[in-house]
Amino acid sequence: MEPSKTLLLVGGTSDIGRATALHYAQAGWQVQLAARNEEEARRNADDIRARTGAEVTVHRIDILETGDFDSFADSLPRLPDTVVCVVGELGDQAKGQADMAHASLVLRTNFEGPALLLGSLAERFLARGSGTLVGVSSVAGDRGRGSNYLYGAAKAGFTAFLSGLRNRLAPKGLRVVTVKPGFVRTQMTAGMKLPPVLTAEPGEVGRAIFTAAEKSGRDVIYVRPIWRPVMMAIGSIPERFFKRLRL
Amino acid sequence: MTELTGWGRYPRHPSETISPPSPKALPSLMASRTGLVARGNGRAYGDAAIGERVTLMAQGLDRIRSFDQTTGRIQLEAGVLLSDLLDIVVPKGFFPPVVPGTKFVTIGGMIASDVHGKNHHRDGGFGDHVESLTLALPDGGVVTCSRAEHPELLSATIGGMGLTGTILDATFRLRPIETGWMRQTTTVARDLDGAIRALQETGSATYSVAWIDCLARGASLGRSLIFAAEHATRRDLDALQPGAEPYPSSRLGRLGVPIDLPSFTLNRLSVSAFNELYFRAGAVKSGYPFLVHWNPYFFPLDGVGNWNRIYGRRGFLQYQCVIPMGQAQGVLGGILERISKHGNASFLAVLKQLGSSHGDLSFPLEGFTLTLDLPVSDDVFPLLDELDRWVVEAGGRLYLAKDARQSPATFEAGYPGLSRFRDLRRAIGATGRISSRLSVRLGI
Repeated sequence: MEPSKTLLLVGGTSDIGRATALHYAQAGWQVQLAARNEEEARRNADDIRARTGAEVTVHRIDILETGDFDSFADSLPRLPDTVVCVVGELGDQAKGQADMAHASLVLRTNFEGPALLLGSLAERFLARGSGTLVGVSSVAGDRGRGSNYLYGAAKAGFTAFLSGLRNRLAPKGLRVVTVKPGFVRTQMTAGMKLPPVLTAEPGEVGRAIFTAAEKSGRDVIYVRPIWRPVMMAIGSIPERFFKRLRL
Repeated sequence: MTELTGWGRYPRHPSETISPPSPKALPSLMASRTGLVARGNGRAYGDAAIGERVTLMAQGLDRIRSFDQTTGRIQLEAGVLLSDLLDIVVPKGFFPPVVPGTKFVTIGGMIASDVHGKNHHRDGGFGDHVESLTLALPDGGVVTCSRAEHPELLSATIGGMGLTGTILDATFRLRPIETGWMRQTTTVARDLDGAIRALQETGSATYSVAWIDCLARGASLGRSLIFAAEHATRRDLDALQPGAEPYPSSRLGRLGVPIDLPSFTLNRLSVSAFNELYFRAGAVKSGYPFLVHWNPYFFPLDGVGNWNRIYGRRGFLQYQCVIPMGQAQGVLGGILERISKHGNASFLAVLKQLGSSHGDLSFPLEGFTLTLDLPVSDDVFPLLDELDRWVVEAGGRLYLAKDARQSPATFEAGYPGLSRFRDLRRAIGATGRISSRLSVRLGI
C-alpha cells in the first residue's frame, strides 16, 4: 500500500468542510483540519477519527490574519498533497451597504484571505513540484445581483484568482480546481427557503470536491450540473433587462 | 413559526424552531427560553417532540466523540442517527445493544423514549445499556448522569420524553457480532393463543416478534407469523450461504411513497390482498432457518420511504399498549376483535413480549405489547377511548412515543412512576420550562 496522502482542509468547522474532510478520510487520507475555532474543529476531528480511523490533526488559522499565513504553513506537520479552502461568509448585504467595516469583512473573508492563503501554499507546492489547490467559490460570483453583490463580488474575485493561478501553474503540472456549490443546506443557509432541485447536501459537495480534485481532473465544477445552464441563462440576460430584475 | 407534526402527521402544532450548531450553545438556550423540548428526527408518532413554544432541533449535534474498537464502547452526541451509527459500526463487527423498529431515530430520541427492540424480553430497553449521559438542565447547568452520579436523574431521563433537560451525549457499549446477517426462523401461528405461546417458547431466541394479520377473523383471529432470529455466526454463514460477504452493504433499494395516497387505497380489499401475499411468502419459509440481512430484519418498513403518507392527509394514529402477562391473551384478543369490527384497521399488528424497564416513565412492563395503525377519522377516537378502558383495567399502559390522544386519566393510571417524575421535574426547575405538547396535554 502506498503511504497515505494528506489533505489540508481550511474551514474545518463548516458543514462543507466537515463533509469534505470526512470523504477524504474515508478514502484513506490523513487530514489537517484548520479553523479559527479550535474547539469546534476538535469536535469535528474527533468525529472523523471515530468514524474512519484516519489520523486527524487540528490547526488554528484566522483567514483575516493574512500576516500569519507563512508561519501557519510552516507549523503544519507536513506540506499537504491537496489543500481545500471552503472558508466563506455570506454576511448581510443590507448591513454592508451602510457599514463599511462589515462590507470589508465580507470582501476580505471571501476573497483576500482565501486568495492569499492559496497563493502562499501554491508557492510551496511549486517548489516541491506537486500539489492540488481547491477553492470553494460560488455561483454568486458569476453575476452580481442586488441582493448579495458584496459576497458575489468577493467570490467573483476569488474565481478570477483561481482561474489565473490555474493558468500559471498548469504548465508546471500543478492543479487548481474551482468549485461552485450552488445552494447547500448548511448552517449558513439555515432557515432560508431553498429550491430542492438546486440545493445540495454537504455530503454531495464533499464527494464532488473529492471526485474533481483526485479523480476526474476537471477544472471548474458546479456541484449540481443543473447550475451550469441556470447560470448560463442568468449570464446571458442583457444588462438593460437584468438591471430591472429583482434578484 | 413552523408547523410541526410527529411521524403520524397528527396532530399539527406551530412552534418556533431553533437548530443549535453545537452542544456549547445549549446551556444559554436552556436558561433563556421556556416552553421548550428537544426533537431528534421527529419519529415519535404524536406530539412528544413538539415544544409548547420552542422546539430544539437536535440534528446538528451529530458528532461521534470516541469509538473504542476493542471494547465496543462508544460516546456520541445525542443527534447522531441510528442509521448513521449502524453504517459505521456494523462493518467493524458491532451492533447496538437495542434497536427499535426504525433506524431513522436519533440516539437522544432512543434514550428519551427508552426504546425497546425485538430483544427486550432478554436484554431490556436501550436505557438499560446507557452507561452515562450528559444533560443540559433548565437552569443552564450541565450534569453527567450515570448509575453512580445522579442516578435519580438518569432514571427520570431514560424514558423521560425529553422533559428533564436536553440530552447532549451518551456513552454505551455495542455488542460484538461475527457477521451482518441474521439467522431467522419463521413460524406460523394459527391464532392469538398460538402466537403468545410461540413467543414464550421462542423466549430463548435473542430476537423475536410476531406480525398479526388484522383481517383474519373468527377462529383465525390473531393469525400470525413469528420471526425469531440470532446474529449469524461465521459458521452459520458457511452452512447456510457459503461464500457470502460477512458484512453485506447496507444499501437497500428504497421504494418511496412520494405523495399522499388517498385513503381509499387502504380499503379492505387492497389490505387483505397484501396480507394474503405476505402470509403466503412467510409460510413458504416456515420452520427452516435462513439468512437475512440485518436491515430488512430489523427495519422492514424503512425500505419504504415516507410510508406514513399512505394514510392520507389527515394522518394516522399508532396505538401501542402493553398488557401484563396474565391478562394479555384475553385483553389483546378483545382489542383485535374490536378493531377488526371497526374495519378500517391497519394491515398488520405487531405483537411482542416485554420485560420490566428502568426509567420512571419507561413503557415496558412484563407482558405483551400490541401495536396497530389506524387512519385518523372521526370515529377512531371514541373507539380508542374504549380500548383504553380495557388497558387501564388490566393494569396496562400506552407508549408515550406513539401517543397523540390518550387522556390524562389513562396516562396517570398506567404510570405509577409519575409522581416521582413530577417531583424531580419540580426539583430541577423543569416544570413549566421544559414542556412539549405531550406534556401539556397529559399534565406532566
